[in-house]
Amino acid sequence: MTKIAAPRPSLSHRTSRWFARNLIRIYAGVAFVYLFIPVAYTFAFSFNDAGKSNLVWQGFTLENWKNPCGAPQVCESVVNSLQIGVISTVLAAILGTMIAFALGRHKFKGRKTTNLLIFLPMATPEVVLGASLLAMFLNLRINPGFWTVVIAHVMFCISFVVVTVKARIASLDPRLEQAAMDLYANEKETFRYVTLPLVMPGIAGAALLAFSLSFDDFIITNFNSGIVSTFPKFVYVSAARGIPAQANVIGSAMFFIALIIVIVGQIVSRQRRKG
Amino acid sequence: MANNKVSQDTGDLKLDRVSKYYGDFCAVDDLSLVVPDGSFFALLGPSGCGKTTTLRMVAGLEEPSAGTISIGDTDITTQKPYRRNVNTVFQNYALFPHLTIFENIAFGLRRRGLKDVKSEVENALNLVEMGHLAQRKPNQLSGGQQQRIAVARAIVNRPEVLLLDEPLGALDLKLRRQMQIELKRIQTEVGITFIHVTHDQEEAMTMADTIAVMNLGKIEQMGSATELYEAPKTAFVANFLGQCNLIKGKVTNRANGKAVVSAKGLTFEVPLSRVATDNESVFVGVRPEKLRLDDNGINSIKDCVVIDRSFVGTSTQYLVKAPWDLDLVVFEQNDEGLHDLRVGDKVSLEWDAEHTFALDGAQDINAGADLDDEE
Repeated sequence: MTKIAAPRPSLSHRTSRWFARNLIRIYAGVAFVYLFIPVAYTFAFSFNDAGKSNLVWQGFTLENWKNPCGAPQVCESVVNSLQIGVISTVLAAILGTMIAFALGRHKFKGRKTTNLLIFLPMATPEVVLGASLLAMFLNLRINPGFWTVVIAHVMFCISFVVVTVKARIASLDPRLEQAAMDLYANEKETFRYVTLPLVMPGIAGAALLAFSLSFDDFIITNFNSGIVSTFPKFVYVSAARGIPAQANVIGSAMFFIALIIVIVGQIVSRQRRKG
Repeated sequence: MANNKVSQDTGDLKLDRVSKYYGDFCAVDDLSLVVPDGSFFALLGPSGCGKTTTLRMVAGLEEPSAGTISIGDTDITTQKPYRRNVNTVFQNYALFPHLTIFENIAFGLRRRGLKDVKSEVENALNLVEMGHLAQRKPNQLSGGQQQRIAVARAIVNRPEVLLLDEPLGALDLKLRRQMQIELKRIQTEVGITFIHVTHDQEEAMTMADTIAVMNLGKIEQMGSATELYEAPKTAFVANFLGQCNLIKGKVTNRANGKAVVSAKGLTFEVPLSRVATDNESVFVGVRPEKLRLDDNGINSIKDCVVIDRSFVGTSTQYLVKAPWDLDLVVFEQNDEGLHDLRVGDKVSLEWDAEHTFALDGAQDINAGADLDDEE
């Protein structure tokens, strides 16, 4: 490159060139701002010295973080949500994985129908699911409460688990299992030492997805929870009177916990790859 | 685990009238075979000839539709793969991606609940010269390294029979040559029966004591590399192993240990021991390097024309047209006697009777030609 011959381009030309070169970066930046403004807003207002209503900024305080259970029923509903989330996730992960293996590995009558039916809960509007489940529970004379919520959550989480795990099973090289059998592992040992470890990342991903779906769910839960309160239900109910700043604390904390889990996961898998 | 009883049979591997059907398609057709204990045996054939299916039946990964497979005196036809004293080196290796190299090799030992896993694995790693990689994961290894690990993972179990399914197919030419020598060394060291499935005739000829050439689910011919090359019994074998010139003719006389074949007014002599048929109609066969550019031999064709030549280093290959509709391939060594012919030159060909063979003239003259390039 010789600098002497090149005439200096005009300012407007240079600006437009700079734009062209950085367009993707600008676009990505805008997209991230758009995605994270609500999170940032929630986080900022968790430090609001709010009193009753957390709509207007009234001053900085650490009080909400020091005492997250300060508002009535916040922690009770969070504990309920965590319990429901964990139980539903474990059940949905186990049942969904079994269905995924059946669909991915075996040919049986009605396999295609099952495949289709598995998608139905994902495609049905939640309002319809929630209302029908409530009608069913009432007809069976079951009082809605903690366990009806668990049943409802397991039901819609299973679909997501099946879809995720089935994809993982489909990508599994059948020769690996044949190699295990060739190396003196019987059917059970092959499953335990080769198939399951290889499918495990799929199951783990499915479980994370199921947990966040369960923890997050409002519509179906609202229909089927009776007097039991979950965190989304608590936030919705208190919205009428003004959401306490503690809700922001818990929301932000969940976000950061999720972030830490993802980062740790990345580091661990990178180290594992390096050996 | 101690509950996985593995049979400890030793002896020859026998396949007796084994067939395998997939629906109407016959992959292996009434195949009988004996592989002597401790030999290096190759199943050679184009893709789709049934060689891999045969191998998988020996491994227990497919069940024969008919026939029996046995090692020594034990029938293993329906035995589960994990009960057979047989191990496989899979095409593309099938190493367990979630386990370290050490654990990959230890897998079979641990499943059988053996002691001394550590020293056994280390010995196996040293045998394939990969000791320093024990703690890596398979995806951190090159193709050649993975190949060695796959061999070590199988051999560490000291199986009665080791099956190799196109083990060198994914490697580049130079590495393949190196691994051919390596595998041969390992086989000599451990003395296990090796059954090597390949579509590469050169690979089979360099490595195996005995080669079975397979085509359409059947064995065309079985023997040492020299036997198959020098005295093929079918057009398929003649064409599939190296290059071959076949000339259609009729046997006019069989006497004094030789057959006389006439074709287009010429007569060729063939030793009777090298005539593979009783039919009158035959193909007279001769390998390209046995042909000489001269005209005083017992078998000769005069008035030929050079229509193509290519220089390939150690030899010059000529394509020569006979006075009738027949192209012959001639290899001439690049030494003092070099003729250095040009395209269009007139030439005569001659060759010795003992280098001639005769095949049944009722088969497809092009069977097995141009098949070895696929995959």
